[in-house]
Amino acid sequence: METVKVGMADLAAVKAPGVLTTLGLGSCVGIVLYDKSTKVAGLAHIMLPSSKEIKNNSNKAKFADTAVEVLIKEMIKLGANKKKLWAKLAGGAQMFSFNSSNNILKIGERNVIASKEKLSKLNIPIIAEDTGGNFGRTIEIDAESGSLLVKTIGHGNNII
Amino acid sequence: MNIDMNNLNSTLIDVLKELGNIGSGNATTSLAKLINKKVDMEVPQVKILDFKDVSEALGNAEKTVIGIYFEMEGDIVGNIMFILDQSSARNLVDILMNREGDEKDLSDMDISALSEIGNILAASYINSLSTLTGLNIKISIPSVAIDMAGAIISVPAVQFGIMGDKVLFIETEFQEDNKQVHGDLFLIPEIESFEKILNSLGVI
Repeated sequence: METVKVGMADLAAVKAPGVLTTLGLGSCVGIVLYDKSTKVAGLAHIMLPSSKEIKNNSNKAKFADTAVEVLIKEMIKLGANKKKLWAKLAGGAQMFSFNSSNNILKIGERNVIASKEKLSKLNIPIIAEDTGGNFGRTIEIDAESGSLLVKTIGHGNNII
Repeated sequence: MNIDMNNLNSTLIDVLKELGNIGSGNATTSLAKLINKKVDMEVPQVKILDFKDVSEALGNAEKTVIGIYFEMEGDIVGNIMFILDQSSARNLVDILMNREGDEKDLSDMDISALSEIGNILAASYINSLSTLTGLNIKISIPSVAIDMAGAIISVPAVQFGIMGDKVLFIETEFQEDNKQVHGDLFLIPEIESFEKILNSLGVI
């Protein structure tokens, strides 16, 4: 079985029997899209909520607002039907805490909100999520079943 | 002048290396004083990586590491973070407590000792940066997280992500007797602060 690793600010799509994984999501969000009818799965590892707040925005996989569309295109190339897609979200943690107003530490929460907004705009339902908290997550999406494995250190493993 | 983080020229990289050298040298001296033993330091490596290669750069994105994180304020705004792997963290605490190592998990006391060590290392690092640049820089109290390397690294990576598509870090190795302590240091000034530092050094 082919396992494709998706790095930070990166995305990929596979068809069953493929598996997509991204290791150690912190404040980043793993956006998983799946089309059950064609068994095509996609995964984007986004770092920041919006490409519009940043000058240096050529890497579309880096932002919640631009990654989803690119990911859908990649999935369509593998035969996915855009209308049948659903989504799962994981990550968006706050790894360090401070008693300050430092916005960057809340980036996890903002990444989750931006991902939801984008998916809602595209009418893609979110059927499950494992987000927030103060711990990292490794995720693995199996294109055969669409089940998403979420692994943590000290917070157990979870299938959503 | 605007700095393009994606295309740092070799002079800038040399300057950053030299800053790393002096900062780590100072940190080494502080550590030696703290444990009252001779501490050797390897010449720090400055690494510039693409995001997708970052989490693997520490060996394994799922490996448990300790991150000690500080905010910088004053003339420079940004963050500084030390990342230690578990065996380095244990070695460091063993050296500090003057005890033989065991394989137990880090206790709360160990973690509090580590955050104090991190504090001393970061402060001496920042002091040398402050002296060199003539800029006033202060650091916050430390915040510690023990988790997957990828998740810990994502914190500085996201901050670099605002400036460009590369991550810059300084890798330092300390050694006392046969106990190796390998640390990664991320110095993440905001882009204006980064320019301020280079400006004050007369590089740009």
